[in-house]
Amino acid sequence: MGFNHKHLIDITEYSADDIMLILETARRFKEVNERRIKQVPTLKGMTIVNMFNEPSTRTRSSFEIAEKRLSANSLNFGGSSTSAVKGESLTDTVETLCSYKIDMIIVRDKHAGVPRKIADVSGVHVIDAGDGKHQHPTQALLDLYSIWETKGDFNGLKVGVVGDIGHSRVCGSLIPALKIMGCEVTVIAPPTLMPARPDVLGADHVTSNLDEALPDLDVVYMLRIQRERLEGAPFPSLREYNLLYGLTQEREHLMKDDAIICHPGPINRGVELDSYMADHPNRSVILDQVYAGILTRMAALYLLLGGSEDGIVA
Amino acid sequence: MTGTGAVKTVCMDADEIERSLTRIAHQILEYNHGADNIALVGIVTRGDLLAKRLVEKIAEIEGVDVPLGRLDISFYRDDFATHLAPEVHSTDILFDLDGKDVVLVDDVLYTGRTIRAALDALMDIGRPAAVQLAVLVDRGHRELPIRADYVGKNVPSSSDENVRLFLEEVDGVSEVEILEMAPGTRAGSAPLGGE
Amino acid sequence: MALLLKNAHVIDPQVGLDETCEILIRDGKIVEVGHDLEMPKGVERDLGGKIVVPGLVDMHVHLREPGYEQKEDIASGTRAAAKGGFTGVCSMPNTSPVCDNAVGIEYVKSRAAAVGKCRVYPSGACTQGLKGEILSEMGDMAAHGCVAFTDDGRGVQGAGMMRRVMDYASQFGKAVMVHCQDDDLVGAGQVNEGVVSTRLGMLGWPAEGEELEIQRDIALCRLTGCPLHIQHITTKRGLDMVRAAKAEGLPVTCEVTPHHLFLCEDDITDEYNTFLKVNPPLRTAEDAKALIEGVADGSIDAIVTDHAPHTEFEKNCEFELAPFGMIGLETSLALINTHLVSTGKIDWNRLVQMMAVAPREILRLDPVTIAEGSVADLTVIDPDLAWTVTTDGFASKSANSGFIGAELVGRATDVYVGGYATLEDGSIVE
Repeated sequence: MGFNHKHLIDITEYSADDIMLILETARRFKEVNERRIKQVPTLKGMTIVNMFNEPSTRTRSSFEIAEKRLSANSLNFGGSSTSAVKGESLTDTVETLCSYKIDMIIVRDKHAGVPRKIADVSGVHVIDAGDGKHQHPTQALLDLYSIWETKGDFNGLKVGVVGDIGHSRVCGSLIPALKIMGCEVTVIAPPTLMPARPDVLGADHVTSNLDEALPDLDVVYMLRIQRERLEGAPFPSLREYNLLYGLTQEREHLMKDDAIICHPGPINRGVELDSYMADHPNRSVILDQVYAGILTRMAALYLLLGGSEDGIVA
Repeated sequence: MTGTGAVKTVCMDADEIERSLTRIAHQILEYNHGADNIALVGIVTRGDLLAKRLVEKIAEIEGVDVPLGRLDISFYRDDFATHLAPEVHSTDILFDLDGKDVVLVDDVLYTGRTIRAALDALMDIGRPAAVQLAVLVDRGHRELPIRADYVGKNVPSSSDENVRLFLEEVDGVSEVEILEMAPGTRAGSAPLGGE
Repeated sequence: MALLLKNAHVIDPQVGLDETCEILIRDGKIVEVGHDLEMPKGVERDLGGKIVVPGLVDMHVHLREPGYEQKEDIASGTRAAAKGGFTGVCSMPNTSPVCDNAVGIEYVKSRAAAVGKCRVYPSGACTQGLKGEILSEMGDMAAHGCVAFTDDGRGVQGAGMMRRVMDYASQFGKAVMVHCQDDDLVGAGQVNEGVVSTRLGMLGWPAEGEELEIQRDIALCRLTGCPLHIQHITTKRGLDMVRAAKAEGLPVTCEVTPHHLFLCEDDITDEYNTFLKVNPPLRTAEDAKALIEGVADGSIDAIVTDHAPHTEFEKNCEFELAPFGMIGLETSLALINTHLVSTGKIDWNRLVQMMAVAPREILRLDPVTIAEGSVADLTVIDPDLAWTVTTDGFASKSANSGFIGAELVGRATDVYVGGYATLEDGSIVE
């Protein structure tokens, strides 16, 4: 099995085999994460820059833990949030970083396309940790891992994604990734939160009626209502959103017995999920997703940094 | 069932492998004064199978089931950055290593780098009282100060040869072959189930 | 000083010329067009059968001076124009300060007279500071040579304000040129809303944000009688609205850019090439096809470039942070020739109509014809010259073209403004 990727920027560049390899490698890392010394020397001597130009505690922490458990040297860099304030361009910032002799940049930015640009400018490995409303490929991988661990197989799995599809970088990677793995995807949202062309992402079915869609779904993926990213108000109130699109205890009877609930976190309790569903012992895999984030990010780092010609031999 | 190049010699057949393992099992028991505190850990992808056979033999001889573990050293390799082995296997050590006399089992001892990585991996998993090394074949060419405590057979080889073990369980035949190395290939174990 | 152009393939639909003949020019004017002309004293040039047309005019150009001279200035912008075959350009008023009074008009005119390599016809803002709040001094600007009024780049958002603009402007006999963009609908839109906005995860700039204002301004044209010129039209439905207005007899005209004709949203890939970030955005392939039909059937009046220079560093950034616009002066003629004339979709007469005749009509300029008595503004074109667009080949200060690497056919080799050469054998005459 070969793995010929330098970057993880656009999930659509990955085949089903590539993704399965990442998931299987991730599963292998469980052993490392469950022992006393949760560290292996694999990336010893490599320098990874976490360039988070937008506030993000969870994703950055997850990457940091993954890097440390692989023994990489990591640097948290405020990025253009600090540089841009001083008037520095993205290109100049990246070139400065590269002068530190680094091996990889993990980038979060509020602007779409930034990871690709960094890859072009820097020549080092790049992982997109979320760019604007575009993509968030490691989130998609951890979601796939959680689904795979629970369901065992992707083929024909019916996945519903509910919420702010139109402004979600999670969807930008998750929906194409689910399609690559052979799932059937339904997007469920008020029309004001739909992208112009959900079919372009790969959605098979588009609906605004959660109650009609629920009975078919094996996986219900609830998106966070990202109020900070909504220009104008796309729905009248959180109360009405919860009434129409919230996954609540009252809706459980509509779900398949073995349907599971995913959420990228952090949860807005009482908006997209009530506590009953968020904490549901048999259905909610939300905390498993967090753990899967460590495993899949370790796998991505391991596979991307391995075998590079310019890599440093420890 | 070819390896990296043409087969030059079969230096051990199935019977010889079996006899060597029987002898090593006896030596382990003799050296450790029985099986009370020992545990066997085999290095994937053939050492783990040899370790399993050794455990079976020890059970026959001594009537004791010694703990058996499997160790994958992918994350500990010193050539990771230049030679990625994307296919990772799993480490599976379901007992407490602390205080055990661990016998590390590998198929072919060559440069010693695999054993160096395996020792590091073992130390991260637990704190054995002692670690011993059992190998089926020692082909020389050491690059590190490592030697085996139990050796099935010393096989003189040149560095442009590959020495590979094949086992009935995964390869359909048990033998040790000396193969010519094809240009650009590296010495090492055969992939499970052939190439 | 006399000039005799020999062996010139003259194409001018205004006088029905399409033949090889000679043009005699004296004191900036054409004195004779014919065969075997006599010139007692002067310069002779044999054009070797190249095409000669009335001087091309680009009626939508951002010269950036005053205020943004890093991007372009009147000297460099008019050089780019000459290189592209233009004898005149209409400058847009969104400079700093905004060209919204007679002082601004006079400044542009005086700089153009001092350093220009083509004629500059300044347009003035409709509203002060392009803010859409207070009428600008259109009367004074018109008296000082302003050729049209526009709030290009923003558009006038309020319908009531726009009605005032058109009512007031109508007394000066000038067109109001409109950049159609409903800000409330377009918001922070970056690219066409649809496939590309979804795929690249950026806010969409919906076609309706343009079409709504086209419809509104046509209605206001009906109400006020003020001549209306729709700038850089991009959609099939928008074009249909213009067609309907023309059929109704309203004084409505429109223009299109080569980039909206020959590029589309599909060209914006995950490379996020900021040179393709333009306003209005590149639309669908179907829209581009419909626009080409509009060019061919006469529904579209003029070809313009919306030449919008930006420095390398301004465009070398995040797509969402990059300014809108691409340059176009030096590629426009070749693009139209390569894609439309060479392919037989339009003929040379149509090209001359759209790039020389109609712009002068819309800007209420004196016509230029290849006939006795006309001003000698002429463009000489080698229609077979093959060349490749390169970043370092521009006379403009900026290189933000969406056509870098394009292999084109046809180029202006010589340009005469008032009988004087500004471009000779492809080089600017200093």
